[in-house]
Amino acid sequence: MLGLSKKDTTFLLVVIFLTLATPILLQPFPESSALAQFNAGYPDLMQRFAIFGIFAIGFNILFGLTGYLSFGHAAFLGVGSYSVVWMYKLLNYNVVPGLVLAIIMSGLFALFIGYISLRRSGIYFSILTLAFAQMSFNLAYSVLTPLTNGETGLQVYNNDPQVLMSEGSPTSPHFFGIVMNEATKVDVGGWQFTFSNGYYFCAIIAIIVFYLSLRIFRSPFGIMLRAIKTNQTRMNYTGLNPRPYTLAAFVISGMYAGLAGGLLAAMDPLAGAERMQWTASGEVVLMTILGGAGTLMGPVLGAGFIKYFENIFSKINDNILHSWFSALPDGLEDFVVFVFHPFIGKGWNLTLGLLFMLVVIFLPGGLIEGGTRIWNAITGKNRKKKREDAAHHPKPTSHVN
Amino acid sequence: MGILEVSNVNKRFGGLQALGNVNLDIAKGTVHAIIGPNGAGKSTLLNCLIGKLIPDTGTVMFNGISVLGRKPYEINQLGISRVFQTPEIFGNLTVFENMLIPCFAKRDGSFRMHALESIAAERDIIEKAEHMLAEVNMSDKRHMTASSLSRGDKRRLEMAMCLVQEPKLLLLDEPTAGMARADTNNTIDLLNQIHDSREITMVIIEHDMHVVFSLAKRITVLAQGTPLVEDTPDNIKGHPKVKEAYLGEAAA
Repeated sequence: MLGLSKKDTTFLLVVIFLTLATPILLQPFPESSALAQFNAGYPDLMQRFAIFGIFAIGFNILFGLTGYLSFGHAAFLGVGSYSVVWMYKLLNYNVVPGLVLAIIMSGLFALFIGYISLRRSGIYFSILTLAFAQMSFNLAYSVLTPLTNGETGLQVYNNDPQVLMSEGSPTSPHFFGIVMNEATKVDVGGWQFTFSNGYYFCAIIAIIVFYLSLRIFRSPFGIMLRAIKTNQTRMNYTGLNPRPYTLAAFVISGMYAGLAGGLLAAMDPLAGAERMQWTASGEVVLMTILGGAGTLMGPVLGAGFIKYFENIFSKINDNILHSWFSALPDGLEDFVVFVFHPFIGKGWNLTLGLLFMLVVIFLPGGLIEGGTRIWNAITGKNRKKKREDAAHHPKPTSHVN
Repeated sequence: MGILEVSNVNKRFGGLQALGNVNLDIAKGTVHAIIGPNGAGKSTLLNCLIGKLIPDTGTVMFNGISVLGRKPYEINQLGISRVFQTPEIFGNLTVFENMLIPCFAKRDGSFRMHALESIAAERDIIEKAEHMLAEVNMSDKRHMTASSLSRGDKRRLEMAMCLVQEPKLLLLDEPTAGMARADTNNTIDLLNQIHDSREITMVIIEHDMHVVFSLAKRITVLAQGTPLVEDTPDNIKGHPKVKEAYLGEAAA
């Protein structure tokens, strides 16, 4: 089906099911329970899962396949956001023209940056992309103020032209009348599920781009990209020119990033320069490596993981900790809270950092490798085989070297 | 007129004259070996043939087209394939994927944006790759990661990858370096079989005389950057100049 093998079709169907059922799956605890704060089924967070999933899927086409580590992908995210907000300002709140412009603009931008940066590989490539992204950030922050509204951030004002705006049209982002920030709430038993238009819009786009990346992974082009990562000398002497392949991969991943940035502005009609900062570029690198670079699902998992931590762990405070450990004697309770304190609230970065280190050291293949190992342990698969061809098993190669 | 003509090639590295007035005419369909002691300029000459180095003077013509200044991938697209001293293969990919890449390169040229086509639908390419793998007896290893192959198998795979492109000229840089005797003999048999079945012109750079005399139809002896003699293997064996170059003047 759809040009995919049977196995991939099943895989895609599972992904589609999981994506569409996310508002239910991420709401495992009833509203009244103490664990309800671990529920992630609210629209704002789910939209972030989908959007940063798209960002990471695109990044993975470049980094996972060709091994070129870009440290400047946030620049494309910013370009996408600005494009969408400009379309709001000039036309109306329909997100479609903005998203189309976001993809085109980030593609052109990626063509320019990639054409220059791809003259070098390895660390020099990373530094060049980082330099470009920081330049973009600083330009957006100060010099290009007429275009980006500087540090205030770009937003829609009452005196903007909005030439397609008519009397009855919505005053917040919408897709041909379907308003993004509207949601249907359903109460079932003690649970409350929120089905938000914005989430489903992002989710459907995420499914489409995931399908595209699946096709790229299974295409001759995908094999060429993996060949670039492995051996450029052989690539050259096989009659293939690696440069246009890497440039194409760079532009495709830039367009993914632009789309993600556009969707951020489609959910919330704002665009700020901080979206282009190097921390945002670093975040997508973390997502991809944490989930498993070069795997199809890994980057999405990594994105979800990081966004979950950012939004859920950062909300736990000392009061909540005290309530959890209230059963303990007073002195011990204070001590336990004291121990956990650096890892929660604003300290969520510390927890994430530790987890990242554990994953990189013990699971170089990312969360996907962890999942595979657990699966194999449960089903008992490979146990016998492993002993037989231990000598022939390639050593797992780390992605950060 | 030969398939590959090297005329008046000179190459200097600072004060060292690596190649001095090299003239070579390699006939179509032959197996031509270039031998010589260490530092004779064999590798420099090979690098000039594939565009890695540009000679100071002289021309290198392949089928009437100059190869100088062309990129490695352009030279390959002209029909010259190269086997390296240490096998250069795509280590992280499976053996079968390794075979697919040269097939695509042969059909689609140096770049093609085939991002939404499915490999599974490329029946011709798959058949071609499978056929070649069978010819080098590696069909059973098709799902193995290439980096986990033995050295002899890596060499086989690399040759298969070159051959599947049906090159007009195959350059081999010490194809048996660092191999055990059994592997060396296997490689010799493979090369002979390839030559008999396809009539590919081969240029071999080799240290091992056993390999040279089992394969070559013609031999050029290189010493200090200049060709000493060019002749058939039988005549080379007893040639005094060759003995001199290899063993020093005392032996001659």
